[in-house]
Amino acid sequence: MKYAFFLGCTIPARARNYELSARKVAETLGIDLIDVDRFMCCGFPIKAADRHAATLMAAFNLAVAGEKGLDVCSLCSSCASQLAEASHHLSLDDAEKARVNERLLAAGLAYNEAPRVRHFARVLFEEVGAEAIKTHFKKDLGGLRIAVHYGCHYLKPSSIHDRFDDVEDPTSIESLVALTGAKLVDYSGKKRCCGGPVLPVDEKLALSVAKEKLDSLAEAGANALCLVCPFCSVMYDGNQKGIESEFGVSYNLPVLYLTQVLGLAMGLDRKELGLNMNVVKTKELLEGIAE
Amino acid sequence: MGTIDLDKSDSNFLEELADQPEAAMIKACFTCRTCVAGCPISAVNKAFSPARIIRMALLGLKDVVLKSDFLWLCSTCYTCQERCPQGVRITDFMTLLKNMAIREGFAPSGIRAQLKLVTGDGRIYPIDDFDNKKRTKAGLPVLPTSCEDIKKLFQGTNG
Repeated sequence: MKYAFFLGCTIPARARNYELSARKVAETLGIDLIDVDRFMCCGFPIKAADRHAATLMAAFNLAVAGEKGLDVCSLCSSCASQLAEASHHLSLDDAEKARVNERLLAAGLAYNEAPRVRHFARVLFEEVGAEAIKTHFKKDLGGLRIAVHYGCHYLKPSSIHDRFDDVEDPTSIESLVALTGAKLVDYSGKKRCCGGPVLPVDEKLALSVAKEKLDSLAEAGANALCLVCPFCSVMYDGNQKGIESEFGVSYNLPVLYLTQVLGLAMGLDRKELGLNMNVVKTKELLEGIAE
Repeated sequence: MGTIDLDKSDSNFLEELADQPEAAMIKACFTCRTCVAGCPISAVNKAFSPARIIRMALLGLKDVVLKSDFLWLCSTCYTCQERCPQGVRITDFMTLLKNMAIREGFAPSGIRAQLKLVTGDGRIYPIDDFDNKKRTKAGLPVLPTSCEDIKKLFQGTNG
């Protein structure tokens, strides 16, 4: 199993804990993630300003991977969605494809057959599979009560993600977490957006959106939240203290990437999984894991 | 939320929208408000309503929509688009309106700055030597600190 590893902008700069844990989990499972120096931003951050420029940037990245004969794997839900959406759009719009190719020529590239785009969690769910993942587990996470946040662009729009999971009743990430022995906590508003995209426009509004979920998680009795997108992590982990002080509430809810949860079950070292870089401290939570 | 002022209607707006695939189905909207019911933003801010934005567009209220603050509150979560019984590509339509607002000069300054940064540096968070030092320390590979390709892609465009 071999993929061009699309890191995007946020992960290498702001979510090194995600990158570290994903690389370790991939190595353990024998997934070959190839670093590609030529990759640039996926285009997602400029879609609101200029969707055609965003498509051009996505097409550039797809063409770079295509030239190497590699499919693309991303840890970020927004990158995966942006790249898959551009690929879907360009397969339907020949005029835009021609415009894109005109620009790509300047970079010595051509957009032809687009490679497949996959989120890392989808690769684990669909390609590696539960049985193979389980054979690498060394620890039982039975002491943890984990709630899952799917986020939006991991699954939506469903038309570009081949409907690999049900957008209205998703199970893919929970089925992976369940393998670790951790207890899954269901809660109201599971499919709700983190509010992250609104952060630069209206901070308080974005924080209120995130607060709704944190309230619901507290009520459901989760002792950790598991997710697969660096933007969602910014909202629930990075901004959790800010939400607590803005609204006079207290959560102290550790937020872990799926790769950190699986890595713990694989018996990987906490530092190797970047758990020391999580904003809400995980020490107390991890004491609940039997040695 | 006040009443809609039809004196501000621009009859050409619908024609302008007619060429755009993202707007193709908006006329099919029968205001069932499924989009509002599932919207994470409407849930915390009643002033935001996807159904109302579609209605305003259909009434030709171009300037009202494009100059509005609420347009930028859409979090692009796609819940409305997934659930619309009439097949309106609501989230994609919001993106189209945001793009039009930028062209008309109405966008928030942060959005414009982001466009300049990304199409200039090729990354939203450019990697510098300090980042690479931290990456090396964490056992992660060093990344390029500049992007030549982005200049080639946007040469001679305003993008």
